[in-house]
Amino acid sequence: MKFRSLTAIAATTALCAPMAFAADIADEMTIVSWGGAYSKSQLRAYHEPYSEKTGTKIINDDSSAEAVAKLRAMNEAGNVTWDVVDVVAADAMRLCDEGLAMEIDPDTQLAAAPDGTSAAEDFGELLVSECFIPQIVYSTTFGYRTDLVGDTPPTSVCAVFDTDAYPGKRSLEKRSINNVEWALLCDGVAKEDVYDVLATEEGQQQALDKLATIKDDVIWWSAGADTPQLLADGEVVMGSTYNGRLFSVIEEQNQPVAMLWDAQIFDLDGWIIPAGLSPERQARALDYIMFATDTQRLADQAKYISYGPARASSAPLVGKHADLGIDMAPHMPTDPENAKNTFLYNYEFWADYRDDIEAKFQAWLSQ
Amino acid sequence: MSTLSIAQRTPVNFYVPVSAAAGAFAGLLVGTSQGSTIIGVLAGAVILAVLAFGATTLLAERPARWGILAAFGLAGLLIGALPGLIVGLMFGWFFGWFIFWLFEGRYRVGLPPYLTMGQVLWHYTFRVICGAIFVFLITPILVVLPLSFNAQDFFTFTPEMLAFDPAGYSLKHYRDFLTNDAWQDALRNSLLIAPMATLLSVSFGTLAAIGLSQPHVPFQRVIMAVLISPMIVPLIISAAGMYFFYSRIGLQGTYMGVVLAHAALGIPFVIITVTATLVGFDQSLTRAAANMGANPVTTFFRVQMPLILPGVISGGLFAFITSFDEVVVVLFVGSAGQKTLPWQMFTGLREQISPTILAVATILVVISIGLLTVVELLRRRSERLRGMSPG
Repeated sequence: MKFRSLTAIAATTALCAPMAFAADIADEMTIVSWGGAYSKSQLRAYHEPYSEKTGTKIINDDSSAEAVAKLRAMNEAGNVTWDVVDVVAADAMRLCDEGLAMEIDPDTQLAAAPDGTSAAEDFGELLVSECFIPQIVYSTTFGYRTDLVGDTPPTSVCAVFDTDAYPGKRSLEKRSINNVEWALLCDGVAKEDVYDVLATEEGQQQALDKLATIKDDVIWWSAGADTPQLLADGEVVMGSTYNGRLFSVIEEQNQPVAMLWDAQIFDLDGWIIPAGLSPERQARALDYIMFATDTQRLADQAKYISYGPARASSAPLVGKHADLGIDMAPHMPTDPENAKNTFLYNYEFWADYRDDIEAKFQAWLSQ
Repeated sequence: MSTLSIAQRTPVNFYVPVSAAAGAFAGLLVGTSQGSTIIGVLAGAVILAVLAFGATTLLAERPARWGILAAFGLAGLLIGALPGLIVGLMFGWFFGWFIFWLFEGRYRVGLPPYLTMGQVLWHYTFRVICGAIFVFLITPILVVLPLSFNAQDFFTFTPEMLAFDPAGYSLKHYRDFLTNDAWQDALRNSLLIAPMATLLSVSFGTLAAIGLSQPHVPFQRVIMAVLISPMIVPLIISAAGMYFFYSRIGLQGTYMGVVLAHAALGIPFVIITVTATLVGFDQSLTRAAANMGANPVTTFFRVQMPLILPGVISGGLFAFITSFDEVVVVLFVGSAGQKTLPWQMFTGLREQISPTILAVATILVVISIGLLTVVELLRRRSERLRGMSPG
């Protein structure tokens, strides 16, 4: 299909070169995202209005989970078929470093806020990489079964490590990031010292030792949908996952689950445009990005999923859930009530130590 | 056969302990599910021993079996309401039958009279093992079927479902499959790609099989090995190779590319089935046709094709199922525009565990059973035509 339409574009260009306005910008684009409720929120907040406005045909590919590997392969094969890709900030940094994503100038290529604030200022420090256009702030946090924790629901993240007070299985992500931070926090390390301790051999061992105390009670997850399923099953009493997934379990599926916002770890998710696109496709991708990351669009997405918009100017525009009609602001990870105790994810630390700690963690896991 | 051995009543010290052992095994399962293995085993053994002795000494067979059925049903009802009743009745029917089967010595009926006790035991143990393997293979499908009618959005047997409450069941996942654009696109792509890939596989595979069955073709085994290799090489290797190759020649991310890739995977099945059918094909028929003035093409379509058709069709069905079920190659060779059903199921499982996948799986299982039934019927027909079986 794509091949045919590209051929058609080529033919059009060749035949009507004088009136080539139609070929200056592609009329079809492939947008890569994470699937599920998240893709649906993008579909309704960004894709549908954009298609309506410009007539562009948007194809969704739910391949963000393997975006880095696939972009590398595409680059090697010289055949980049994606136009805009949704990735987490850490992946965007890697892609940017490897030259697989194009650099974006926020002042000329992103929309300014309605009051005239420049995009660079509006996104502020969330612009963590030159190639990355932030979209949402999400957090990885815990949810627990309200009917399995007795009369004293957990209020601290350390309940995860307390198998006496809260017996039963818990689900944790099958990777070191986030888990080692929580382990150190609950092993008496002060919040501001966590990354200093983790930088040492002993600190890494300390984190693994703390995790070892609950290793027999952990079900390790690898997809964001696992913990919601395990919680709905009653298979685990508590488990970590992305806050939007827990929102869906609690409010949309009416399961007996509650949020444990304590020590939630913020992360960013956003767009990149792959390097090496043809000029027409790049023009279309940039036009889409300009549209989809403006103040109103980012606020619109929060109608469908409980992730916080990345622009400061979008926050006051967050309204009610599109189907349920409930106020979305109290469900945002950035809401002051939820963000009483948050943990700041350190990108630079993980960029330097990720391979090392991850290898130790996986070795420990298989022991 | 049944006249070979006569059922003889067995002594108390045989049927009571054996019944008790069966009861202990059932108690193991029930006890473990209820939280106490040891109590389950002991209670199961005692109950069955008492039942076996009591039923055979106090009552005639018919009232005794009805009594056991009723007792187990009642016990099940008390433990677990309606589902408990059904499970209880199943247990009751089985144990009633089992006790008298042992007591009357019916297990000897149908077996040669010279078998020792050990051989009889092995005869039935073997059947139990086969049954267990069968259950092991079929359980995943049996679990998927009811879950696809779940009223919830999770892979969970809800309490309402277990109580057979109609409110616990719904067809909403089937509705989602039929109305959701993503699933409908995937279905359309699968239905577009699979028949085209099958057509190519069947044409090329049949030609290759006929060519390779000619005695004068050189390097037969080598050519055969190369053609069969897509079946032997790990799929992920073929997929990665195809990705880079197709990217360079502009086939990556096109329907044609996916069809060709799937055709390559399907050809080995066609070659193998058609080659097997050709073994029974009498080459003198083609010579006879040629002798009567038919050219090779006419000979093929009028003489050879009708006779090897069952092999061609069963190979084609395997090629179709291969393309219809394939996820690895299409992930590499296709792009989002060619998303097939298995691809949609794969991403759906990873990103969002929705029972719509189970509804689709159920539909696919039903289709696969239908296709395999056709294959089996064709195989029987082909055997009958070749006089290999009396049926």
